[in-house]
Amino acid sequence: MGRSLKFLIPLLLFGGIALFLYKGLSMDPRAIPSPLIGKPVPEFSLPRLDAPGEKVTRKDLLGKVSLLNVWATWCVSCRAEHGVLVDFARTHKIPVYGLDWKDDEAGAQAWLERLGNPYVAVAFDKIGRTAIDLGVYGAPETFVIDKKGTIRHKIAGPLSPQLIEDELLPLINKLNQEG
Amino acid sequence: MSKQFASLVFLWLIATALPVAAYTLADFPFDDPKKEQEFRELTGKLRCLVCQNESLAASDADLAEDLRREVYDMMKAGRSKEEIIKFLVQRYGDFVLYDPPLKPSTYLIWFGPGVLLLIGAFVVIRTLKQKKSAREKTLSAEEQQRVEALLNTASETQGTDK
Repeated sequence: MGRSLKFLIPLLLFGGIALFLYKGLSMDPRAIPSPLIGKPVPEFSLPRLDAPGEKVTRKDLLGKVSLLNVWATWCVSCRAEHGVLVDFARTHKIPVYGLDWKDDEAGAQAWLERLGNPYVAVAFDKIGRTAIDLGVYGAPETFVIDKKGTIRHKIAGPLSPQLIEDELLPLINKLNQEG
Repeated sequence: MSKQFASLVFLWLIATALPVAAYTLADFPFDDPKKEQEFRELTGKLRCLVCQNESLAASDADLAEDLRREVYDMMKAGRSKEEIIKFLVQRYGDFVLYDPPLKPSTYLIWFGPGVLLLIGAFVVIRTLKQKKSAREKTLSAEEQQRVEALLNTASETQGTDK
């Protein structure tokens, strides 16, 4: 490199570092890629929160595109997300399943009664064993599951109308067209 | 309060506070002290997903407690360390490992510092060599004459000034 261009080296270095740091600003350290994408939903069999005495199992999720939403009454963002889910369940013809994670049974039932129930069925995971199999590390988390029972996408954090419009609906439409 | 006394109190606070923040191993009894040591080492090498700067061993998060219990149960059932790590990686990804495995997506982490070091060494060696050759440069006979001529005129003009 000619002597005349040498003064550019620190400038380029600075530019490179600035670029990485700038990118870091908009990245979410909590969004950890799930190794379960493309894998079948793990086997589970849990009591139903909304219908005591009955069970929800992996088989219930087969044969249609569905959402599996992990929530709990102790989770503040779940409270914020709940209205969005209720709207979603009303306007879109996709079953939403719930996984109530390490929760108080009576409190969770009261929550659904008070705030509305967007779920076709809620699995009650008292000890959090199924949540571990799903790689859940925080609530809320939402899994998109295809007709064959394969996990195709996971969203960590609360759903928003924007997120549903931009990310979920295109994927759901695509999955609906799959055989 | 003297300074020494204050620092003693401070030390005592630190010494007694640490075990409170962490969990107690009493919750996870082992018959074999070697197994207990293994449990400590393993949970110390795994990252808590909630408080990302803490290990499973150190974290107070609810999920960390559940995962410690899971690791404990697996160890009790006689599963090997590799099996337990595989169990967690299958669910939570390489992110749970403080020691990431060597594969294409982690080449940058593993080799990046080494590459930077090599680049740095190259630059340093080159700069030093350039400096050395600049210092060793000797003048040609012609240049030597010019230098002397200039020095002579300089001292003459200085003389006339005074």
